[in-house]
Amino acid sequence: MWKLLQIELFKIYRRPRTYIAFGAITAMIGIIQLGLKVDGKEYMEFVMADLSSSFQFEGNLLNGYFVCFVLLNLLLVHVPLLISLIAADMISGEANMGTLRLLLTKPISRTEFILAKFFAAAIYTLTLLIWLAVLALFVSMAVFGTDDMFVMKNYYAVQISADDVFWRYVGAFGFAALAMTTVAALGFFLSLFAENSIGPIVATISVIIVTTVLSTMSVPIFNAIKPYLFTTHMVTWKEFFDEKVDAENNVIKGTIENPDRIITSVIVLSIHIVVFVGASIWIFKKKDVLS
Amino acid sequence: MHDIIRVTGLTKRFNELTAVNDLSFSVKEGDVYGFLGQNGAGKSTTIRMLLTLIAPTSGEIELFGKKLSGNKNEILSQIGAVIEKPDVYKYLSAYENLKLFAKLSDKKISHQQLMDQLEMVGLAHRAKDKVRTFSQGMKQRLGIAIALVHKPKLIILDEPTNGLDPQGIADIRNLILHLSRERNKTILVSSHLLSEIEQVATRMIIIDKGRKLVEGSVAELFDPAQTLIELDTFNNVEAKQKISNSNWAASLQSSRNELVVMKLDKKDIPQLHRFLIDNNIDVLSLQPRHSLEDYFLQVTSGNQHVEAFTN
Repeated sequence: MWKLLQIELFKIYRRPRTYIAFGAITAMIGIIQLGLKVDGKEYMEFVMADLSSSFQFEGNLLNGYFVCFVLLNLLLVHVPLLISLIAADMISGEANMGTLRLLLTKPISRTEFILAKFFAAAIYTLTLLIWLAVLALFVSMAVFGTDDMFVMKNYYAVQISADDVFWRYVGAFGFAALAMTTVAALGFFLSLFAENSIGPIVATISVIIVTTVLSTMSVPIFNAIKPYLFTTHMVTWKEFFDEKVDAENNVIKGTIENPDRIITSVIVLSIHIVVFVGASIWIFKKKDVLS
Repeated sequence: MHDIIRVTGLTKRFNELTAVNDLSFSVKEGDVYGFLGQNGAGKSTTIRMLLTLIAPTSGEIELFGKKLSGNKNEILSQIGAVIEKPDVYKYLSAYENLKLFAKLSDKKISHQQLMDQLEMVGLAHRAKDKVRTFSQGMKQRLGIAIALVHKPKLIILDEPTNGLDPQGIADIRNLILHLSRERNKTILVSSHLLSEIEQVATRMIIIDKGRKLVEGSVAELFDPAQTLIELDTFNNVEAKQKISNSNWAASLQSSRNELVVMKLDKKDIPQLHRFLIDNNIDVLSLQPRHSLEDYFLQVTSGNQHVEAFTN
């Protein structure tokens, strides 16, 4: 299994296609950071427009933590598209190249083969998110500095003390890794059914778009299925940036307002991963490999 | 010599299509076993069942004296295979491809052994080049190096000369002979070209529509005394008429085209020629045919399937 995983990782990181996602993320983050660095003041005035008439703000509002939050809000919607480039190609790409049949004539079990390929796709997803974290968080901290973080919610605003932010990002990125691994598992599953990678990539993106629409639309008929859609739970990382308050409305440091939502989302996403990978193994073990 | 491969009553159905139909054959240790059939005859499907890529609908496969089902990994570790096209990772070098697939075998293979393998197929000087820059023949040779790198006892080559130029075909033929004679490998090689197989095979099977037509040694299957003759004249209808009214009538074969096809002893050809001239039949050409299609005509005449006559 370890040997197979090493081989799969070697193949992934030797393919030029792998670096498209890293390049795209670097470009997107760089452009946003440059824009905020050059014209950040006006952007903050726009964001705070509703509050600035009632409140007086002091300090560095446009700090690295805030910029990272903005970046995650903008990017985590698009990262699944980049992940599907690799995950949805894992089996179909091999079938397309013809290497699938050569691999399966070697003394390896199909279950181990599928698991190794999925873990390789998951590791790729993880490295992509680590790269995202390095650029979005650490580079933003270096460029914009650090201070208390200000987060706008639907009906209120949250101010998180600077020394209480970092661990929340660790949690948020960890959660995002799980959410993106779910996307990888979906793409991986769909890649079983095609002999070229375009179909599974488009299918993965289509499923994400459709389920995202269902997750976000407030139509009663859709409300019943929303809790079961993985896209409903993919945005739960934001829950890390809300704090509990005591009876006097003082913030309790190191707390999360709704930890149950995070736990529920982790469970739902994990179930999706297990179902997608389990189904992949079950189907692949029975599959006639013709191409 | 004991059986390396023993296939009994093998059948594979894809929905309504029966690709392999109650096929039985055996490959003995040291054989270069030719697996012949036209495109779509069921060769690749059979080979894929031997390699566990496809599950049989029914029947049994034994390799190295063990049932394939239940001993898959143990058996596959002793097989090297090239299946149709030489498909490898084009973005990797020849050496990287070889190393990658060598890792998947259960054996530890050193850098020197990998280079020796590339040397054997004439690719050592291109070891570091990306496969995308290789010709079809070079890719095929790399595919063979991959099949051989873990020193398998049985080598399965599915249409190894597909898409190769004459030099590439000759190289593959020489390699098969080398592996058989110098390294004592058992080889199963499929092709739709009889001319390729007869030069290397010690035994062969011919299948059509998933069923066995004949199986036996090359010497036994090709009776050198009997040959198919293709006759072309200015008026083939008239020629056929005259032949059918003569003592040569028994030699006439059914023909799929307008030409006259006859089956006779080689030594009778001059006599036939004289007969044609004596009967004012203007001959344009008279040539022995030697292709798989001709052989099919020969073995399937009378529309009956011929059971194996040697073992």
